[in-house]
Amino acid sequence: MRTTVSNWNHYPVKDTELTYWRGESIADHTESWIARGMGRCYGDASLSDHIFSTLKHNHILDFDSEAGAVCCQSGVTLQDLLEVFVPKGWFLPVTPGTKFITVGGALASDIHGKNHHVAGCFGDHVTNCTLILPNGERVSCSPTENQEIFSATRGGMGLTGMIDTVTFNLKKIESSYIRQRQVKAKNLGEILELFDTYKSHTYSMAWIDCLKGGNNFGRSIMMMGEHATLDELTEKQRKSPLSSQVSPKINMPINLPEFVLNSFSIKAFNLLYYNKNTRKVIENTVHYDPFFYPLDSILNWNRMYGKNGFVQYQFVLPLNNSEAGLRKIMNQIRQRGWGSFLTVLKLFGKQDSLISFPMEGYTLALDFPMRRGLFTFLDELDQLVLELGGRIYLSKDARMKPETFQKGYPNSQEFLSILKKINPNLSVQSDLAKRLSILAS
Amino acid sequence: MNNSILIIGATSDVARSCAYIYAQKQHNLVLAGRKPDELQVLAKDITIRYDVSCDYLKVDLMDIGSHTKAIDSLAEIPDTTLCFAGYLGNHELAIKDWREAERIIQTNYSGVVSFINLIANHYEAQGQGSIAVLSSVAGERGRQSNYLYGSAKAGLTAYLSGLRNRLASKGVHVVSVIPGFIDTRMTEGLDLPKPLTASPQQVATAVFKAVKKKKNVVYVLWMWRFIMLIIKLIPESIFKRLKL
Repeated sequence: MRTTVSNWNHYPVKDTELTYWRGESIADHTESWIARGMGRCYGDASLSDHIFSTLKHNHILDFDSEAGAVCCQSGVTLQDLLEVFVPKGWFLPVTPGTKFITVGGALASDIHGKNHHVAGCFGDHVTNCTLILPNGERVSCSPTENQEIFSATRGGMGLTGMIDTVTFNLKKIESSYIRQRQVKAKNLGEILELFDTYKSHTYSMAWIDCLKGGNNFGRSIMMMGEHATLDELTEKQRKSPLSSQVSPKINMPINLPEFVLNSFSIKAFNLLYYNKNTRKVIENTVHYDPFFYPLDSILNWNRMYGKNGFVQYQFVLPLNNSEAGLRKIMNQIRQRGWGSFLTVLKLFGKQDSLISFPMEGYTLALDFPMRRGLFTFLDELDQLVLELGGRIYLSKDARMKPETFQKGYPNSQEFLSILKKINPNLSVQSDLAKRLSILAS
Repeated sequence: MNNSILIIGATSDVARSCAYIYAQKQHNLVLAGRKPDELQVLAKDITIRYDVSCDYLKVDLMDIGSHTKAIDSLAEIPDTTLCFAGYLGNHELAIKDWREAERIIQTNYSGVVSFINLIANHYEAQGQGSIAVLSSVAGERGRQSNYLYGSAKAGLTAYLSGLRNRLASKGVHVVSVIPGFIDTRMTEGLDLPKPLTASPQQVATAVFKAVKKKKNVVYVLWMWRFIMLIIKLIPESIFKRLKL
């Protein structure tokens, strides 16, 4: 069907052919194509001349209730999995900040969560993947079988072919609640110390105020969590300890006008957000849904940024450069008045991969509403990130230049050499891959 | 009375949605259809998602001689039968090629009648049971663009009305569900008007409610009852000149 498609940030918008894929052959497809799941990337990673939606290819195929291994088709969403497996006492090994993504997307973006420093990426928990190569051949790949294809598929942005099924391990939980601890930090130095102090916690991230200057530059709220055991639940929670019921959702019915988000409203929000925690430390036990997916409770929250959309900018810096680098970049953002409404800071652990995003160090994710001059400003930030040895997350990118990709991802040549073998005609191609010349030699 | 549900044409988008609704309410299911591989995948999916028993049964509605054997192979015949089978077909091809026309007629009419007859007789004998069958607004008046499909659905709608009449005093409930356009695999690529197009979930919910509340004839979107009333009121002398 001819239609216009854009992903979560409403930019770019593509006039394209979209069809549902349910397992049929795609070998004789002549246009460039790419698979697309829930469209929650922030850019053009799942846009192409022909898009195959996997959303109807969404059966759960097998579940080993002893080991917690689940095998499902690529279009199954994390929301589906939570609803099915949380009541059985299992949780996702890794989850991003939204449950509205597919398993295929999770592997193709090799997503990370609040537990990256202890659990790695989603791909680290995948034991098998069946893939339809661009020539139509079906291969089974894993860390031990067709290893090269597997390593290029995890984090490979869908460029190795169509992900058909994924098998991965869930983790055992006693309850669907999280024992949460929030600690306020007055400034950047303090929050980085907190990350170090609390690095043994399973889940951690921080909300950071990127507009505040002076002594409170980088003031933040650190959020940590552990899966709660049965004894840690309140009496009320103990009545249904493995509930996957989530509270009713609010919908953002329309695109807000652009002037709503400006540096004054963002400053006001940040002030309120920082001060809503009146005590330095808060400890409580909450359901997993508000802990992991606070924004999922506002359906279509992306409309807050207006019809022109927004850009998410997520970079990571190597650990040794992180503190100085964060200071430099956040200062630049503040001085130039580019406020970000929601800014998230997180410490990654070590990560081996071809072109997956994480590396050991700090990552900062910022949202910028689409305004004149934004891309020029982000090009300047790209330079800083590259000079500091960092890189930009492909799944969040809609605008970087090919050089920024090449320099930021030192293993991109190795990735390309594998792709040349399995995708020689470049029939699998996304607009992201074209823009960044990922498949060009 | 058992609580299980027999679903014919189970791999369609609407049938799958409906199967989920019943499974979520802890009904056991038997999925019937032409493609055992797809049925097996769906049956496993439902078992994992909802912890209910879900079997599958290979039935080809076009192979009328096989229906008795297929039903006999069931350990127990479920007390509710839902039929979602349907085939839009290629009308242009069907007016020239009898094989396509026959496939449209058999999948939408005679095949369903043969299968439902057997189920209805069983329900009549036991004095209880519910039958829900998906027909179509296309069956309310023949139009040049799809009257083969439409005539088969018209026959089906009349059949259901008669069946309901026959079984009303026997404790057996029969409901005809008349959807308008549905956003499914069958209509993929067609440019359908959004307000008149129901999602598979909407149709599935309508079927579930119609069975529960023992309705007779259900239009999924209320506008369709109104639209079809107007279409039926157009005098034939004018209707025959319309491009519909």
